[in-house]
Amino acid sequence: MAVVHRSVLPIRSQEDIVRVRQATRESAVAQGFSLVDQTKIVTAASELARNTLDYGGGGEVEITRLSDPPRRGVRLVFTDKGPGIADVGQALADGFTSGRGLGLGLGGARRLSNEFSIESRVGEGTQVTIARWR
Amino acid sequence: MEKIPILKMGRFLLVTIQVDMHDQLAMQLQENLTDRIVAVRARGVLIDISSLEVVDSFIGRMISNIAAMARVLDAETVVVGIQPAVAITLVELGLSLEGVRTALDVDRGMAMLQQQLAGQR
Repeated sequence: MAVVHRSVLPIRSQEDIVRVRQATRESAVAQGFSLVDQTKIVTAASELARNTLDYGGGGEVEITRLSDPPRRGVRLVFTDKGPGIADVGQALADGFTSGRGLGLGLGGARRLSNEFSIESRVGEGTQVTIARWR
Repeated sequence: MEKIPILKMGRFLLVTIQVDMHDQLAMQLQENLTDRIVAVRARGVLIDISSLEVVDSFIGRMISNIAAMARVLDAETVVVGIQPAVAITLVELGLSLEGVRTALDVDRGMAMLQQQLAGQR
């Protein structure tokens, strides 16, 4: 599996969430994703970027374009140094929210992705990785 | 400061969302729209989102909120022009926009609002 392109964007403000959506779209288009696949990964990126800002107190996302012939993919890694999630299983359940959202963020992002993983340590931070392939 | 324009057409308000909104802008639209409904005594709100390439849970919630607030203020809301890829993604995300009426385009949305208003007379 080869890395075609990699970039890192900060997530410190609401405008940054918009930038993450745009950068994710750009990568999905560059990888030849269909419009539906583009929309799914951009929407997942938006949910996770908002989580990083609202719950993680800000952080960053690494956007990587991958080549694994014949597959091409986009991987997003969201990292924050926030309070962490005590019960990841609960956080993944639809309808669970500790803030102003609908509680669809994590579970929704998982459904919109082909690969999903989350690592969180209380007091240290959270890292969420998703990937979508064509 | 960017702002999403709200047009008045007879007894209806028309909003066309053409920018990728950040959260604060979406919240502001919600407020401005409810203010305008009261100010002009609007009976219907038509929201055109055909230019929106992404509707995430935040924007989805804003749309549901607008519809609910408008209803309390005696105005109907119709959302028009949801792109097919957005519709597919919304459902997979788990958002069904419950309580929000939808139409394929502005013409049909307007017809829906007019019918609704005529039916109440």
